[in-house]
Amino acid sequence: MPHQEAASKDRKPIIRCASVYKIFGRNAKSLLTSAGGVIDPKVAYDAGCIVGVNDVSFEVGEGELLVIMGLSGSGKSTLLRCISRLTDATAGQIFIEGEDILTMSGKQLIELRRNKMGMVFQNFGLLPHKTVLENIAFPLQVKGSSTADSVNKAREMAELVSLNGRENYFPRELSGGQQQRVGIARSLAVEPDIWFLDEPFSALDPLIRREMQDEFLRLQGVLNKTILFVTHDFDEALRLADRIAIMKDGVIEQLDTPANIVLNPATEYVRKFTEEVPREKVLKIRSVMEPVNPAEQLSDRSVSEDAIIETVAQLILSQDKPTGVVDADNNIVGTLHPSTVIDVLFGNRSQKPMQE
Amino acid sequence: MIPVSKPSKRIQLLILFATFILLCFAISPSETNVLWRLPPLLKGLPFIINDFVRGLMFEWFPVQVYDPTIEDYESKPLFREITRAISGFVLFVIDLVRELMLGGKKTIVAFTSWDFIKENPWAQVPALPWTVIAGWAVILGYKLQGKRLAALAGFTTVYIAVFGQWVPSMQTLSFVLVAAPVAVILGLALGVWSYKNKAVESALNPLLNVAQTMPHYSYLVPVIVLFGVGDHAAALATIIFATPPMVRLTLLGLKSVPPDVVDAGVMNGCSNWQLLFKVLIPTAKRDVLIGVNQVVMQCLAMTVIASFIGAQGLGSNLMIALNSLKVGSGIEIGVCIVLIAVLLDKMSLAWAHKQQDYFVTHSLIERHTNSLLIVAVLVAGIIFAYIGTLIFEDGRNYLYLIPHNKGITTAQYWQAGVDWVWDAFFFALKGFNEFLITQVLFPMRDLYLGMPAAATFVLMMGLAYIVGGFRSSLIVGGFLLFIAFSEYWDRALITAYMASFSVLVASVIGITVGTVCAQTSITSKAILLVCDFFQTFPAFIYLIPVIMLFGITDTSVIIAAIVYATVPATRYTVEGLRSVPQVLHDAGDMSGVTRFQKWISIELPLAFPHIMLGINQTVIFALFMVIIGAFIGTTDLGQLILKAISEPQGTGIGLTLGLCVAFMGLAVDQIIRTWANDRKKMLGLA
Repeated sequence: MPHQEAASKDRKPIIRCASVYKIFGRNAKSLLTSAGGVIDPKVAYDAGCIVGVNDVSFEVGEGELLVIMGLSGSGKSTLLRCISRLTDATAGQIFIEGEDILTMSGKQLIELRRNKMGMVFQNFGLLPHKTVLENIAFPLQVKGSSTADSVNKAREMAELVSLNGRENYFPRELSGGQQQRVGIARSLAVEPDIWFLDEPFSALDPLIRREMQDEFLRLQGVLNKTILFVTHDFDEALRLADRIAIMKDGVIEQLDTPANIVLNPATEYVRKFTEEVPREKVLKIRSVMEPVNPAEQLSDRSVSEDAIIETVAQLILSQDKPTGVVDADNNIVGTLHPSTVIDVLFGNRSQKPMQE
Repeated sequence: MIPVSKPSKRIQLLILFATFILLCFAISPSETNVLWRLPPLLKGLPFIINDFVRGLMFEWFPVQVYDPTIEDYESKPLFREITRAISGFVLFVIDLVRELMLGGKKTIVAFTSWDFIKENPWAQVPALPWTVIAGWAVILGYKLQGKRLAALAGFTTVYIAVFGQWVPSMQTLSFVLVAAPVAVILGLALGVWSYKNKAVESALNPLLNVAQTMPHYSYLVPVIVLFGVGDHAAALATIIFATPPMVRLTLLGLKSVPPDVVDAGVMNGCSNWQLLFKVLIPTAKRDVLIGVNQVVMQCLAMTVIASFIGAQGLGSNLMIALNSLKVGSGIEIGVCIVLIAVLLDKMSLAWAHKQQDYFVTHSLIERHTNSLLIVAVLVAGIIFAYIGTLIFEDGRNYLYLIPHNKGITTAQYWQAGVDWVWDAFFFALKGFNEFLITQVLFPMRDLYLGMPAAATFVLMMGLAYIVGGFRSSLIVGGFLLFIAFSEYWDRALITAYMASFSVLVASVIGITVGTVCAQTSITSKAILLVCDFFQTFPAFIYLIPVIMLFGITDTSVIIAAIVYATVPATRYTVEGLRSVPQVLHDAGDMSGVTRFQKWISIELPLAFPHIMLGINQTVIFALFMVIIGAFIGTTDLGQLILKAISEPQGTGIGLTLGLCVAFMGLAVDQIIRTWANDRKKMLGLA
């Protein structure tokens, strides 16, 4: 299975998982040693254990947004809980900024959480007896910051997520979307380097979900954190991720950029997700452009290699000559023929023949 | 489909009853037949307990203690020193609170000496004028809920003062003010500990069960032996009794904290202490404060019983009044107790449900409104009291402290009323009483006493087996075995007959009333309010009217038990019927059922498990009342417990008897609760 396990060369790995296992059940440890590293879910079930995470290894680079995607029971939340150490992994190593958190003492872990980590939860996790401002300031209070500092920082955060004016509301007085904004603001209060989000938008209605995704992209544009984002929504993953890890039964089926996953699904399971994805909405020109043919004459318009195909398809199709593709410095790096675009838009990508 | 292989439960029940009746007829009374009555193998248990406690108190681990009076070291047992020290401390605190409210000298003595007092007659703690306490209560009521609670607080305090019950009321209140916080803190600590440690939770559970089903005054005897007699002993006994509900509710509240909130707390870097105090307990606030409410109610419920071991206050006054058949003043005192109970109940519940308001910026005046009001009331009260010294003669300053029994009293009217009722209905009541005793109660008692032990065991264990399997029947068997091996089997049977008769009647009344009231939401709410109101009464209050009407007989006890026990039966019936999911009502309607059909085939079956839990409570309540009724001279376990208190070797007997009663309740509880929970799961209601 093609894994782009290592982070891109230009990013240093902030989070690294090495052969992480999480097995639930009393015989978990003995099952692991007897199996010698290869766990069959059926065998585990017979032994009275359930496999949550099965030999997962990958890296997340600095500033990267890795989305872990899977259906219920795939192990995605379990994996996140192992990395944040809300649950202890059964075996393996998890390095955060080079240190194995599974060997950390309680105190070290608390220090890590107070300074480097922030987490957003599916059901918000707000303290019901505290106001919005107090909730956001909570991690700062826990750290021991002075009240004045905490309140100031909290106000900043509330402003960042557009909740200014509602600082004195209680969670019960807010809508779902607003509550999650509080959750987001709270997770950012200590200015963490690492940001965990566990299905943060799954409990919201579809329209609000889209707004929140836009918000989230905007924040990441400003803050540029290292992010682990868990979701069961493939479209959400495509929209947000730098790379996606698709999980099934505790195993990562494919870990790659959205474009590569859509273009080259590694397994039948991944293909089921990508089949329905309109490729032109996801792929950038760069993925489908052809090399420059010196003999051809190009049209006088050009498109950026980073543009999503959908946005420039009409332009290319309206030209009578192939269009040049330029990079950020305006050098021509490739061409795009209308026939290629038509192939991407309408090409035969499913194996099923059309019914008469 | 897997075929059901167990014989249907109905057949099992039939076989069980058949066997039971067979055994009753087959085995006849005899001294030697083990199947008739088990040999009292545990006869020695009370003595073992006694010896153990005596050894602990008088012999074990002597230490050298400095005695100031003889100015030398004496050898005293360690345990005794510890308990005496605790007693001394508790007594000091109670006296302190009392003197703050009523004035006195003991606190000053504690820091100086009696000689100092003699030389300086001005050295005494002044009492708080009753107007001040009344004012503070009104403010508190208003802050907690609003005008209605404030009015209730005002009415209660004025009533107490005007009817001359201020001194005993404050004595009772000071006792509650000391016992309740200790029980709350202890309960909270134990609740948190069992939340964090599963082993502690499993160990604590059976202990809490027994502690909550043991009759109140089983605790009294060991407490007397360990701590002596007096207010402090009463406080300590009350604390033991009031802590279990606090533990249970703390645990419940902590377990109900949403997991996301806990995770958020952890991920925000909380240490264990921070997690506990900043996240868990505040989020569980509602259940914790309901626990506080239960503690306060238990403390009040103990007032009368605490008077047995020397607690001063309303309880002892009530006892004296009832014992001398002064029903009139008994009623007045009873009303005081009830008013205080209702007030404290509503106040603590208001606190539990209070939504916090958050204010950002206030002026100085606004921020300190509360403190200013409190001080203002204090100053006003002192001024009034001072004016009072000018107006009223000495010793009767009505604006300061209305002395005991010097207020208005309506006792004579109550007494006249009671006498009139007695005269008018004497023959009717007497006739009813006689009929009930001879035609119903005595035959029933003989029936129970005529059961061979083997038959009883078969019946109870059989029921437990059908309902809950092997484990349940072993548990029930164990409980019964303890009672059978003690000397008190026959007494237990008498207690059982009285309790079961009460339960039967109470259930019928409760289910009927509950069904009728559950029909509309208005009547449901109304009847639940009535139930709430009645449940704040300490159990003892129920005896007042029945003693009035039926004198000192078994009938009084049973009727009091019926009234007391009907409340949970009614409440759970209403709750059960109202909580039938609406979708089932709709499904029934669309199938075209008549009202009656709906009740029989949909509502009752679905509500039945919940109703049975109510019957479970009814059993416990009835047992309680029957035991309390021992005052009235019944011949059951309650009376023995009462006797045991006055005996010097009473600790062991009192505890053993208490355990017998507790085990009776627990055996029935085991059967009913297992069945109800099973049924609920089956219906998908759990």
